[in-house]
Amino acid sequence: MTDATAPVLSAPRTRRLPNRRRAFALAAGGALLLAAVVAAGLAVSSAAQATDFAAKNLAPSLAHPFGTDWMGRDMFLRTLAGLATSILVGLGAAVVSSLVALALAAVAALGPRWADGAVSWLTDLMMGIPHIVLLILISYALGKGFWGVTIGVALTHWPSLARILRAEILQCKSAGFVAVARQLGAGRAAIAVRHMLPYVLPQFVVGLVLLFPHAILHEAAITFLGFGLPPEMPAIGIILSESMGYLSAGLWWLAVFPGAALVICVMLFDAVGSSLRKLVDPARAQE
Amino acid sequence: MVKYIASQIGRFALLLLAVAVVTFALVSLSPVDPLQANVGQAALLGMSEEKRAALAAWWGADTPMHERFIAWAGGLLQGDMGTSLRYNAPVADVIASRAANSLVLMAAAWVVSGMLGFALGVAAALNEGRLIDRFVKGYCFILAASPTFWVGLLLLMVFSVWLGWFPLGFSVPVGVAAADVTFADALHHMALPAITLSVVGVANVALHTRAKALDVLASDYVRFARARGEHRGQAMVRHGLRNLVLPALTLQCAQIAEIFGGSVLVEEVFSYPGLGQAAVTAGLGGDVALLAGIALVSAALVFAGNLAANVIYGLVDPRMRPVRKLARATAAVGVPSAGATFGPSASPEASAVETTPPIPPASDERTPR
Repeated sequence: MTDATAPVLSAPRTRRLPNRRRAFALAAGGALLLAAVVAAGLAVSSAAQATDFAAKNLAPSLAHPFGTDWMGRDMFLRTLAGLATSILVGLGAAVVSSLVALALAAVAALGPRWADGAVSWLTDLMMGIPHIVLLILISYALGKGFWGVTIGVALTHWPSLARILRAEILQCKSAGFVAVARQLGAGRAAIAVRHMLPYVLPQFVVGLVLLFPHAILHEAAITFLGFGLPPEMPAIGIILSESMGYLSAGLWWLAVFPGAALVICVMLFDAVGSSLRKLVDPARAQE
Repeated sequence: MVKYIASQIGRFALLLLAVAVVTFALVSLSPVDPLQANVGQAALLGMSEEKRAALAAWWGADTPMHERFIAWAGGLLQGDMGTSLRYNAPVADVIASRAANSLVLMAAAWVVSGMLGFALGVAAALNEGRLIDRFVKGYCFILAASPTFWVGLLLLMVFSVWLGWFPLGFSVPVGVAAADVTFADALHHMALPAITLSVVGVANVALHTRAKALDVLASDYVRFARARGEHRGQAMVRHGLRNLVLPALTLQCAQIAEIFGGSVLVEEVFSYPGLGQAAVTAGLGGDVALLAGIALVSAALVFAGNLAANVIYGLVDPRMRPVRKLARATAAVGVPSAGATFGPSASPEASAVETTPPIPPASDERTPR
């Protein structure tokens, strides 16, 4: 199958990589890039706080690609360190959140009827209050700071994933192969490990990865409002909320670059997640 | 219908009760000292012992939380939402004065983002794979990944600081008596926050409408319309739009929670005195009554949005009406089977967004002769 033998009218305009290989490359490349950002951010976290009052309020230049702030801190290093913090907090919160979702989904799908009702009522309750308000409440309850925002994000992001997983487990429970396994005398634990886990795991992993962007954005938002990470930690929310005071002074680089870097990271997570879904979900493999 | 309304009211009351309990439970857990948060460390140190005790009593720091909750809930049943300690005014008054600002902002953003998203989605689907489509898709993906407050900061920087077209913040001009504020002034101050919220809110509706519109364009009834000689745009306007508006409207109703969350951030960026800003102030200052009040109002808003989605669906789409009524109606005109074929599959509780029409309603359209 080369282009030369294909009819001219149906020939693709440009040659593209095969779908699955491209998805794999995108997922692996994105994950590597994000890991590199985190590693770099952690490595420069002390350099990011170094102040140099001889070089304050500098516009972006070759020496300082993102400029410097009012204390002479290099914004590029601060952004890197902030991204690392944001990504790590988002990762941790999203992982906990997905485990909550998995546990609740399993209880709802496999437990007694009232458990299903209770979980769905809890889901409705969580979805009935705007996320930000709930985050403010939880973060306030935990005394703000690192734990406030992490636990807040972890406790608020499970409902959508829990719904998906519940449906998935229910589908698996009534599937033919589970009935056959039961007829063959397999125990509940064996069915759960041998049949349910492989069935639900791909959805779980993809759902987890697609939770990251939400978790990171909400962490940044709640930190921006003043309920999240403390001001001495490097975080994108902190950088942006501090930059507000300097906007009218014309220090545009304080807001533009860190925000753009955050957007790029979030989009990378999204790309990794949707590529992963293409790879593991047979129904979407041909998209 | 009566049963449906009654069950909705019951659910609503239960939801509000749960929200109130959760709010108070969370606030009672908090280690944040309302005295320190509001008076400040330095002022607190310079204060006499009696004064500090009086302030602590004022903030209710020594009253157990469950007693405060019972007192507050008892008041709420009589229509009294308590007193906002931070603003030194009844909570109902604080919320009412700020809700006006917020609701106008959110309503504007809701309408604009819905219509803009719908138009972009349809335009993208009609030009699938071409430049417009790619532009719309790219725009949506970038905005879905952008923090609302960052977009607000950028717009503030470009349009207020550099170009000077819009004011830097607040809902009215500074230093002008309330009576002298004109409608144009208020509109001028609201414009940039509303634009921010709308621009960010477009992504969801646009992508959803685009996917649905592609389905519609591939459907049999559009193919039939094309066979009659209508071109794609015509077919879309005559037969497609009516099928696309409903899911978009439902989605937009369900998005009220997102818009409320966005308005909190946008109000903070633009110093716009609305509910969101009050929530942040109340949260930072430990103003329990106000925080609980705003949580209740936001929950009520979200609930109203979901309810509206269900009701609108039932009102606009005949296939979504309760089965019994439809069967009776069809029996009266002597068509026995029509109700049974597509009635039972559709209940008002069915996830409205996902429903694809089993029978295209556009097929009874008059054909040009």
